[in-house]
Amino acid sequence: MCIIANPQELKKRHVELAAKQERFPKKVIVCCGTGCLANGARAIVDAFHAHLAEKNIKDFTVEAVKETGCHGFCEQGPLVVIEPQGTFYTRVKPKDVAAIVDKTIANGEILSPLLYKDPVTEHRIERYHDVNFFAHQSRIALRNLGKIAANDIREYIAVEGYQALAKVLTTMTPDTVIDEIIKSGLRGRGGGGFPAGKKWRTCKSVQSDIHYVICNGDEGDPGAFMDRSIMEGDPHSVLEGMMICAFAIGAKQGYIYVRDEYPLAVVHLQKAIDECEANGLLGDNILGTDFSFRIRINRGAGAFVCGESSALMRSVAGEVGEPRAKYIRSVVKGLHDQPTVLNNVETFANVPIIMLKGADWFTSIGCKNNSGTKAFSLVGKVRNTGLIEVAMGTTLRTIIYEIGGGILENRPFKAVQTGGPSGGCLPESMLDLPVDFDSLTKNGSMMGSGGMIVMDDKTCMVDVARYFLSFLVSESCGKCVPCREGLYQLHELTIKICNGEGTEEDLVRMEKLSESIIVGSLCGLGKSGPNPFLSTIRYFRDEYLAHIREKRCPAGVCKSLITYTVLEDKCTGCVACITACAYNAITGEKKKPHFIHQDKCEKCGACVAVCKFDAIEVK
Amino acid sequence: MSMKTVTITVNGKLVRATEGEYLLKVLRREGIDVPALCQHDAVEPYGGCRVCMVEITKAEWNGWSDMVTSCLYPVADGLIVQTHSNQVIELRKTIIDLMLARNPHTPLIQQLAADYGINSTSFQPVPEPNDCILCGICTRICDTMGFHAISTVNRGHGREIAPPLGEAPESCVGCLACALNCPTNYIKFTDSGKTRTIWKKQFEMVTDKRTGAPTITREFAEYLIAHRNIPADYFDLNDESHRKETATNMGAIAAWSREDLK
Repeated sequence: MCIIANPQELKKRHVELAAKQERFPKKVIVCCGTGCLANGARAIVDAFHAHLAEKNIKDFTVEAVKETGCHGFCEQGPLVVIEPQGTFYTRVKPKDVAAIVDKTIANGEILSPLLYKDPVTEHRIERYHDVNFFAHQSRIALRNLGKIAANDIREYIAVEGYQALAKVLTTMTPDTVIDEIIKSGLRGRGGGGFPAGKKWRTCKSVQSDIHYVICNGDEGDPGAFMDRSIMEGDPHSVLEGMMICAFAIGAKQGYIYVRDEYPLAVVHLQKAIDECEANGLLGDNILGTDFSFRIRINRGAGAFVCGESSALMRSVAGEVGEPRAKYIRSVVKGLHDQPTVLNNVETFANVPIIMLKGADWFTSIGCKNNSGTKAFSLVGKVRNTGLIEVAMGTTLRTIIYEIGGGILENRPFKAVQTGGPSGGCLPESMLDLPVDFDSLTKNGSMMGSGGMIVMDDKTCMVDVARYFLSFLVSESCGKCVPCREGLYQLHELTIKICNGEGTEEDLVRMEKLSESIIVGSLCGLGKSGPNPFLSTIRYFRDEYLAHIREKRCPAGVCKSLITYTVLEDKCTGCVACITACAYNAITGEKKKPHFIHQDKCEKCGACVAVCKFDAIEVK
Repeated sequence: MSMKTVTITVNGKLVRATEGEYLLKVLRREGIDVPALCQHDAVEPYGGCRVCMVEITKAEWNGWSDMVTSCLYPVADGLIVQTHSNQVIELRKTIIDLMLARNPHTPLIQQLAADYGINSTSFQPVPEPNDCILCGICTRICDTMGFHAISTVNRGHGREIAPPLGEAPESCVGCLACALNCPTNYIKFTDSGKTRTIWKKQFEMVTDKRTGAPTITREFAEYLIAHRNIPADYFDLNDESHRKETATNMGAIAAWSREDLK
């Protein structure tokens, strides 16, 4: 590696690398995102190396094997794509590799059992882009995921990497960069949706010798992995976005705050930083200009509250990660009391391509006041789970039924929870809601950083509220009283209702307490803390009332309110449930209906799971 | 910070203040009774207890108002403040009610609750209540002193004040700044003449060379001599002996002056 001395050299390097990619279009792409690695992708890469070296197929050398970042379809992993045809293989095992090499790579034959089977039509689908999960997405922040090798700067330069930076440094001023970002309407993807350009402008306008750029990679929502995948699979786009921001606000130092639970992200980001330094893309006089900038990684210890900007800044400074009141905002007085821009990973990943393609291109995607796309982790009771990116304004229905392939086992849809633990649950009547910052907030939920959990009719909404509140109670930093004590009491009251001991007055008190927590809490975590309760009571009050008035859990979840009984007309007396019950709560003779002793039943559900005759009723 | 004088309205009355000074300070100066549990003049404001919240607005806000912690809110010209509006009282009562569930036997909280007409908490009392109100005054004073011997530990409802790993803290010098400033006297220590114990750590006391009475801990004395430019023999006497010595000296000077006048 050597220093890239100026933008012309970078351009030359790009042309060379891109031409090389074109000369060798044949590739074996193995997804090496965390999900696929956990499913054994490493062994598949090794197997491809071994078989390709042995078979010596024209243009398919060992170099054709590309280890990319996460494709998003982790549930179907490990994933293998054969280019240029785009043949898409799912759940590949090391023993399949020999056949893939001999048949598909050598002879173009398709191995049908490895193709993805559409859960609705049950057709095998041959090509990557024909899979519904991918076909309805539009990828901007995730543009390079699954396409380029994550830990090689040459791969990024080949796809016009750092060309946006070169353009900014040679043809633009800090003000024109900020103008372009404001024009693009890019809003912070971390949750609040604050216009990024406006933030940058305020920060730049603060008179100070030192400005900082911080990238928030402390994605703490359970089940969310958008930022993780970007950091792991395309770290350079994050660095480039930060560099452009640094140029715009006049910062010389940047920090990336990554949770330590993301070890691969830390490794790939560090590799990317090292490569940039070696190539003169970080450090002094970047690309031969006056612009100098450095980036350091700060590893967080996994406190949810450290995703809150002021707590994060304290943590970077080496103090206890607790929020402070933001009557003076962090763009004015942030890290070490200096003006600081903090955006999240996805926001920065959007920046280079906006600078390259222009604000008008970006605003042509998405909807009013919500330009561009948003990445979500789609999880829960849908057929296709994974990481997705859709244009803003895409409806929940499209996301859940087209991309997600509908609800598992064809059960009825009940609710979708968006925005992470402090987000809210939206009911079926909201399925045609366009997903954007404003629509979600207006309807009692929020965008958050983009978690999306789909629930079916077997989910108890009171139990859901209880679960998310328990998360928030344990992740509250405990600094201020309304959040620490208020969420604790709110959680206690949901437990009371789940146990069938709640009253209607409790609901009134919970609504009043929620109001106080929202008004009184210090930071965003507390202010959004009552959301799990407020959004479920707003749309599922009936379910709360069933728990309170009828002492009944309609979804059959809350243990205190349900009983397991044997339906005598269905029971064949097969003794499967008797064997499965760990509490010896079921008795009976062969070929005669069995009996569940309620005093011993722990309501674990093991009997229901083994009964082949649907003979156990939960009510 | 600028020293510009501004005019704000508090409960309908015009009040002068310095731009940027904290609102609670202005309210206290005006004699307005706004409770605050985590405020202490020796340390930076914290915004933890939330009972000092007040309602603010400005003429140009078109009727929109906000609730802010007065201890941390910098005053600006034209600010209109309500310290006892219905919304403020309701919020304050809820917070005090919540505090009473955590600290049901603590006199400070009982008194505050009584002031706001609350006899007992309407919430579920916590299983093992104590007198710590988690105001953080102790840890912030310790930090300000420069020792950082204690800190808040654990998150959320399990938060408590403790030294690192719950063991005798290496950097504690036994100055008692935490215990003596604790608003509920929750931080316990023992002084037995020759020794002092706090945070499970035992200290040897420096004693007055004339009377043998204890002055401060040996570690605190060494710290002050090393870092605060205090003469090495200063702690050989306690405050009372220093006063007596000064009085004797002053008497001698006075006597000598009188002699001189003759």
